[in-house]
Amino acid sequence: MELDAALPDAARLDIVVSGLASDAHTWNLVYLQLVLEEMGHRVTNLGACVPDGLLTSRCEQAGPDLVVLSSVNGHGFQDARRVIGPLRARLAGTPVVVGGKLGVDGAGGRAEALLAAGFDAVFEDADAIAAFRCYVDRLAAGVRS
Amino acid sequence: MTGGSFGGYVARAAAAGELVVQPRMGVAHPARMRAGLAAVRGAGVRAAGTITVDSFTRVGDHHAVRKALATGADLNGYPIAAHPTETTRSVLDGLHGPGFPVQVRHGSACPQKIVAALLAAGLDATEGGPLSYCLPYSRVPVAESVRAWAESCLLLSDARERGARPHLESFGGCMMGQLCPPGLLVAISVLEGLFFRQHGIDSMSLSYAQQTDPDQDAEAVAALRTLAAEHLSDVDWHVVLYTYMGVFPRTPRGATALLERSAELAVRTGAERLIVKTTAEAHRIPTVTENVTALVTAAAAASRAEPRGAAEDTGVLAEARALVDAVLDLAPDVGIALVRAVERGYLDVPFCLHRDNAGRTRAFVDTDGRLQWSRLGALPLPAGRAVPAADPTADELLRSLTHVERIFDRA
Repeated sequence: MELDAALPDAARLDIVVSGLASDAHTWNLVYLQLVLEEMGHRVTNLGACVPDGLLTSRCEQAGPDLVVLSSVNGHGFQDARRVIGPLRARLAGTPVVVGGKLGVDGAGGRAEALLAAGFDAVFEDADAIAAFRCYVDRLAAGVRS
Repeated sequence: MTGGSFGGYVARAAAAGELVVQPRMGVAHPARMRAGLAAVRGAGVRAAGTITVDSFTRVGDHHAVRKALATGADLNGYPIAAHPTETTRSVLDGLHGPGFPVQVRHGSACPQKIVAALLAAGLDATEGGPLSYCLPYSRVPVAESVRAWAESCLLLSDARERGARPHLESFGGCMMGQLCPPGLLVAISVLEGLFFRQHGIDSMSLSYAQQTDPDQDAEAVAALRTLAAEHLSDVDWHVVLYTYMGVFPRTPRGATALLERSAELAVRTGAERLIVKTTAEAHRIPTVTENVTALVTAAAAASRAEPRGAAEDTGVLAEARALVDAVLDLAPDVGIALVRAVERGYLDVPFCLHRDNAGRTRAFVDTDGRLQWSRLGALPLPAGRAVPAADPTADELLRSLTHVERIFDRA
């Protein structure tokens, strides 16, 4: 796991990791921060229960290369679909992704609606973390190369 | 009404040698909430009922609640502050009573509206605490949560005027659900109990969440009882155990075995009440049927289990006592002491992202499966309480977080 040492500075992304407004879970956020830091990126972790207004203002201030939203309490679909509009209004071209357990029924299948609402990627399958790492790797290569 | 008190119900069950089992259960629709409570009451076990509040209400986003109710969108609990009082009364009518007390569980750092709503509906039992529902779950400053919980305690204790004996449970035994060493869990439970008492609550429960090792857990619950007996001898108290609150086994067999171990731990340690988890835990919010199955499974495991002798003393009691004493020394007012303790890092929850939490402690699951400190930060504990270790990588953190899941799914 020497990824961070190997990553050239130009490919380091500034990434905002955040929970959604009604979700109090934080282990997902702690873990995602470590994953991204080990990949060599810089993370601002906004923590849990981030109100929409705070999320959009902090993202606007930070001007990140990527915004990662994570939710596991079952309200993620509603919270995410509501906040993507205000986020897009401030960060038109910034990739914004969401993942976790996004509904109360564990059924999945919400990706299409969230992509249509303005997210760049949705991760809610069993292999979500592997897919997420690939996504971030591609972004790091594309954005700064 | 006194005979209907939550604490009294648990005390009578304990006197009869029975563990009270209780679900986490909340659905938005009143008729379905009522059906859930009726199913728990009719489960054939010594149960307490639960109304779990949705998480929009938890964070005070009442607009989102109204919108969800208007559009029929899913809520992950019962919006007690949004439904009219009469609606909640009709949910409880004929179910809630001396033989079946109902507690409201919510997770709010500022629960005044929730407390007012549950009191208006004729209920008087709830849970949480100024640290336990602030640090892990909210963005509210600790000082504000302390004020909110002082107000909430006063609201609750006022219900004594109508003949009730309000009951408040500390959630302090569950900080972050996992990877918080037992000494700190025990200390926070006891300190929140002292805070409740200072603000007029005279019937309470202190919690402890099952962690990674049964002997360490038994030692921790014994420490909790010792400190509660020392500090809270003038109030009614009992111990409530939570079935594992971390990453849960995915297989039905693993999930059931973990639940059964928690019921055995409750009996072994004399805990009077158990809040269960279901086989659906790893996947989604459980159905009523899954909750009832979990209650029956837990009660059966408890009835087969035997109280056992004390666990080996590895220093959990001394650690918890040192934390409690150091915090109480900070101020005569428990609320002020809690605020100062967090500021100084005397209470510092590992991996907690709350802005007021010092964030200088770390913990891990050691090779024997026990929870250990790896960094003590400013905790007022001897340096020898930490096992020096490098901060975890993402994979190592995941390994600690999934330790219990892997053991039980593999078995």
